[in-house]
Amino acid sequence: MNGLRVFIVDDETPARERLRELLGDFAGEIPTVVVGEARNGLEAVERVPESGAQVVLLDIQMPGMGGLELARHLAQLHDAPAVIFVTAHDRHAVEAFELNALDYLLKPVRAERLAAALRKASSEGAPTAEKLTRAADHLRESDGRAREYLSVAERNRILLVPVRDVVYFKAELKYVTLRTREREHLVEDSLVSLEKEFADRFIRIHRNCLVAKAAIRGFERAPGDDDVRWLVLLEGTDEKLPVSRRQWPLLRELATER
Amino acid sequence: MASIKQNVYPDVLPDFRNLGVIARVLVGVNLFAMAGVLYASANWSQALDRFVQASALLEPLLLASLVALYALSPLLARLPYLGGCAAVLALTLLLAAGTHLLWARGATPPVPGVSRSLLFTALAVVLLIGYFRLRSKAFSPALSEARLQALQARIRPHFLFNSLNAVLALIRRDPKRAERALEDLADLFRTLMSDGRQFVRLADEISLLERYASIEQLRLGERLRIVWELDAAPSDALLPPLVLQPLLENAVYHGVEPGTSAGEVVVHVERRGDRVLARIENPYHPEHQHRAGNRMALANIRERLQLFFDAEARLETSERDGRFRVEIEIPYRLRETGRA
Repeated sequence: MNGLRVFIVDDETPARERLRELLGDFAGEIPTVVVGEARNGLEAVERVPESGAQVVLLDIQMPGMGGLELARHLAQLHDAPAVIFVTAHDRHAVEAFELNALDYLLKPVRAERLAAALRKASSEGAPTAEKLTRAADHLRESDGRAREYLSVAERNRILLVPVRDVVYFKAELKYVTLRTREREHLVEDSLVSLEKEFADRFIRIHRNCLVAKAAIRGFERAPGDDDVRWLVLLEGTDEKLPVSRRQWPLLRELATER
Repeated sequence: MASIKQNVYPDVLPDFRNLGVIARVLVGVNLFAMAGVLYASANWSQALDRFVQASALLEPLLLASLVALYALSPLLARLPYLGGCAAVLALTLLLAAGTHLLWARGATPPVPGVSRSLLFTALAVVLLIGYFRLRSKAFSPALSEARLQALQARIRPHFLFNSLNAVLALIRRDPKRAERALEDLADLFRTLMSDGRQFVRLADEISLLERYASIEQLRLGERLRIVWELDAAPSDALLPPLVLQPLLENAVYHGVEPGTSAGEVVVHVERRGDRVLARIENPYHPEHQHRAGNRMALANIRERLQLFFDAEARLETSERDGRFRVEIEIPYRLRETGRA
């Protein structure tokens, strides 16, 4: 049996059962195999990669991690699956999908709509990461929510790094490095987009570096260098990062606020 | 109690046991007296003297009237509106005459004529009754508006569509349960669409809570645990409709749905003397709070409580130890009396 491999993510059991039923109803026309289910974003991040899913049916409003954030993490995979968003009522999300030509279904889902969406998804494949990022940016403007995690794709697996664990982001050549207390990872996002998304948590200290406001321990005078006169001391690392002359007033302000 | 004509509101006497009403009467009468002496006096100090003098007669009469009205309030509320007004007028005039006689006996300064006191009393009563009538008229549209807002806030589309989706999922596997769920939904919507200006019995509001809870249980399964503490709930108490249900809905929406593990909601209702206390508690997810209309729903309920009970109702929220609590306190009432 080689039907379309479908993965279902929804926090409500009846909603997952309903989707299964509908898939069964039109199995004659569009053969599908449900290769897995998950109740929230974190479960899905773990299970979707190894399931070999081609299409993921994705609820928007879920505890822990919402559907759109999950889609962005899944897009990091090498064989990223197509996604079809499902929502009961989320005006803002629907608007963001419309604007960015992402496919979505409204609950209760109709069999014909689901079938049409599956056909489209299997022919068009996964949405690009840029498209998802744009939709997320759009949604953030209306509901103000940033991602809870950053993702790093490792072969056929997604590693999630909680944003609150990040000490700093640093741009080096083509890549952006993310530093936690324990480790360093490369991320795909640009420093500019990270700065925009996490403006309330991170502050730019230099053209190439964002640090977590909560991780700043203090400042120290830099020896010598003309352009850099201060260094930031951080929690969780012994590294001292240079503050550019341009950013210094902002940081000084932050320091006096506390 | 149920009326077909939704827009017709019979005039009712104010509720003389309501603190807000009592305060308004006290302030109103004193302002009226002050205006009178100011007009009749040549200068400020004379006005003050006269006001102090007049108070000796006025305050005992005012207090006696309020006490009498408080005591007779249930009887007065049973009379037709005009009859009630006449009764209030007769009662206060009687008291005025009485105080006047008592006061005149021991008074050293010359006593103003009894006719003037009676005229003053009658004027004050008529003005106040007129004021309360206008006030209730002014608030009736506000009430229906509040009801509309209540409606909009209440039928959370998120809840409606997810519930329908859950019922659809049941139809094939468990038709009986699906039937029950649709009946519960119908009951819930009947109440949501009913006249929000009539009091309901606490027992009815509680059964509404249970219906709502059973629908949510269907959707959320073991993630939702509700602890009912209703042993001391006075089922005959009257309260405005849809005061508790939106609070429970809020508790589920903000407290249980955002959690990946099971969340416990406590519904506690009890009678404490002449007050009814209700408390709803849920797990607190600070990161989920800024998203949706929690504050709006609470503001809406607070406003409706105020319209129904004036200063005698209380709504408070608190967050402690990872739990969010809403507490409501209203007077324990068995009968629908005049609105404040």
